Amino acid sequence: MTHLSAEPITPLKGVSRKEQLSEFWYYFSENRGAVMGFWVFLLLVVVALLAPVIAPHQPNEQFRDAVLVPPFWAEGGRLSFLLGTDQLGRDMLSRLIYGSRYSLFIGLVVTTVALVGGIIIGLIAGYFRGWVDTVIMRVMDIILAFPSLLLALVLVAVLGPGLMNAMIAIALVLQPHFVRLTRGAVMAEKSRDYVVAAKVAGAGHLRLMFRTILPNCTAPLIVQATLSFSNAILDAAALGFLGMGAQPPTPEWGTMLAEAREFILRAWWVVTFPGLAILVTVLAINLVGDGLRDALDPKLKRS
Amino acid sequence: MSGRTEGGAKERGLSFRPKSYRMNRALRLIRRRLLGALPVLLIVVVGSFLLLEAAPGDAVDAYAVSLGGDAGMIAALREAWGLDGTPFARLTAYLWSLLHLDLGQSVAFSRPVLDVVLERLPNTLLLMGAATALSFALGSALGIVAGSRPGSFRDRFLSIGSLALYAVPGFWLGLVLVVIFTVQLRWLPLSGMETIASGKTGFGRALDIARHLVLPVASLGFLYLALYLRMMRAGMAEVWRMDFVLAGRARGLSRSRIVLRHVARNALLPLVTMLGLQSAGMLGGSVVIESLFAIPGLGRLAQEAVGARDTPLLIGIILVSAVLVIAVNLLVDIAYAMLDPRVGAGEAQA
Repeated sequence: MTHLSAEPITPLKGVSRKEQLSEFWYYFSENRGAVMGFWVFLLLVVVALLAPVIAPHQPNEQFRDAVLVPPFWAEGGRLSFLLGTDQLGRDMLSRLIYGSRYSLFIGLVVTTVALVGGIIIGLIAGYFRGWVDTVIMRVMDIILAFPSLLLALVLVAVLGPGLMNAMIAIALVLQPHFVRLTRGAVMAEKSRDYVVAAKVAGAGHLRLMFRTILPNCTAPLIVQATLSFSNAILDAAALGFLGMGAQPPTPEWGTMLAEAREFILRAWWVVTFPGLAILVTVLAINLVGDGLRDALDPKLKRS
Repeated sequence: MSGRTEGGAKERGLSFRPKSYRMNRALRLIRRRLLGALPVLLIVVVGSFLLLEAAPGDAVDAYAVSLGGDAGMIAALREAWGLDGTPFARLTAYLWSLLHLDLGQSVAFSRPVLDVVLERLPNTLLLMGAATALSFALGSALGIVAGSRPGSFRDRFLSIGSLALYAVPGFWLGLVLVVIFTVQLRWLPLSGMETIASGKTGFGRALDIARHLVLPVASLGFLYLALYLRMMRAGMAEVWRMDFVLAGRARGLSRSRIVLRHVARNALLPLVTMLGLQSAGMLGGSVVIESLFAIPGLGRLAQEAVGARDTPLLIGIILVSAVLVIAVNLLVDIAYAMLDPRVGAGEAQA
């Protein structure tokens, strides 16, 4: 019975945790882009947390004498409005800084909801199999085969426009990916010796699912979570742009773009900067995701 | 069989039988998929019907809010539009009329849903088709350029470029392109599908539509271009390590022959699968792009239907897009089965 070894389970705690982390960081830092993305992301988190301290003005404060002022380096720009002002005389830089709070919040909440929901549903499908599995996977396939933005649009139509409802809709659309990943990993792990050993030792269904199997399926889930994070930010911005997400005057980047759209001919900066902010955030997260994938599992390929 | 010529008999010996076998396999695949698609469509229809049932307010409410009306008129409208009765009765009535290809009456347009949807569908198909062609052709070509020498300067340049492109929101790219090509350079029109009442016909009209579609297609397709480039490059990097590439080198084949015939060809297959998977995403992306460029397509229609609480129209759009996605995936699967004889053989037998 000695060959019933618990090979892929987390090694002994204490010493190995630190070693694991340093090994992970070694592989992660091999990828220069990932490290850069990581620092940019960290900077964004700091900016979002310290927004009231850093921002020069209130995000919704209107300066009636300064409507559509260009950035400070352009002709007619003012130093008090570094990146210019929008059509209502609000400081662009302050709005962008406060907007980072929304984007990171959206990414975090959507990813968490999709991840937790997907893990639970995927565990149930992969662990119990049978008709439960068939029904769940059929429904997931339908959600996956459906235009995500269209589905989000329909859900927003049901729930009403607003940031919260947009987030629920996006989480629902992203969650099948987690279900599939978890289910696949659970099915691969379930028949391994260490699971059988735990079962023989008398572990219940819940313990088997969450304590024994789940910790060995985390690597692909973490990578998918970073992808979902950036997807959520992009989708929320698109919904905001359609007027179905965050509502004005919220300084959410997609909503800012929708509001500024008609001033595109007169003031390039009201359209350029929010888009650049989205681009930099999403790029940083994607870079981190790439690095995580390489560091956590060299065999794991983008699907 | 009796009508076959002498040439056909010669064919029979070599390529005719495998060919007919392939056709049979494709036909079986189609039959199987079509049967499998029916329950999916049923679930989609019933699901969206029940989902929209839960939405507060119906089309009559939206109508009354915008145009006013007393209680008697509202009740009469409900009856005329078939919005009275229990949800279950309405669902069965809807499914029954669906059997006769009747998708009901659009409330906002006062016309049959099918007519409205079919009127908008060609524009979306044109936009999606052009964006798919652009992204697939350019993406795989650039992927071959990047993947032919992994680690070289152009590989790193293209990889970083595609990563950046992959992070650009499509609607913002559209806005930026408008600023550059419409506002600054004045090369391309701002929005719409074609110049209204230009009186152009034939080739002139086609050219006019093409000019209008350049910016929407670019903003919709560039994201997928980046995706295909990355996939192609990753696939090629993997194939380079395979034994048959080494064997090809050992036999003294030229580098370009190895790159194109041996490496790229094998790396191309996953991209074909991706083509089908991405059709749904592209349909979603076209909602935003159509709204941005004021293109009268399916996506913009969906947005209008949401705004007007036009439930029959919205369900019709959902159904048609589901059919579209299933059809595209079926086409891709058939193409795949033709390209790779190993794929789908088991499924077709069943």
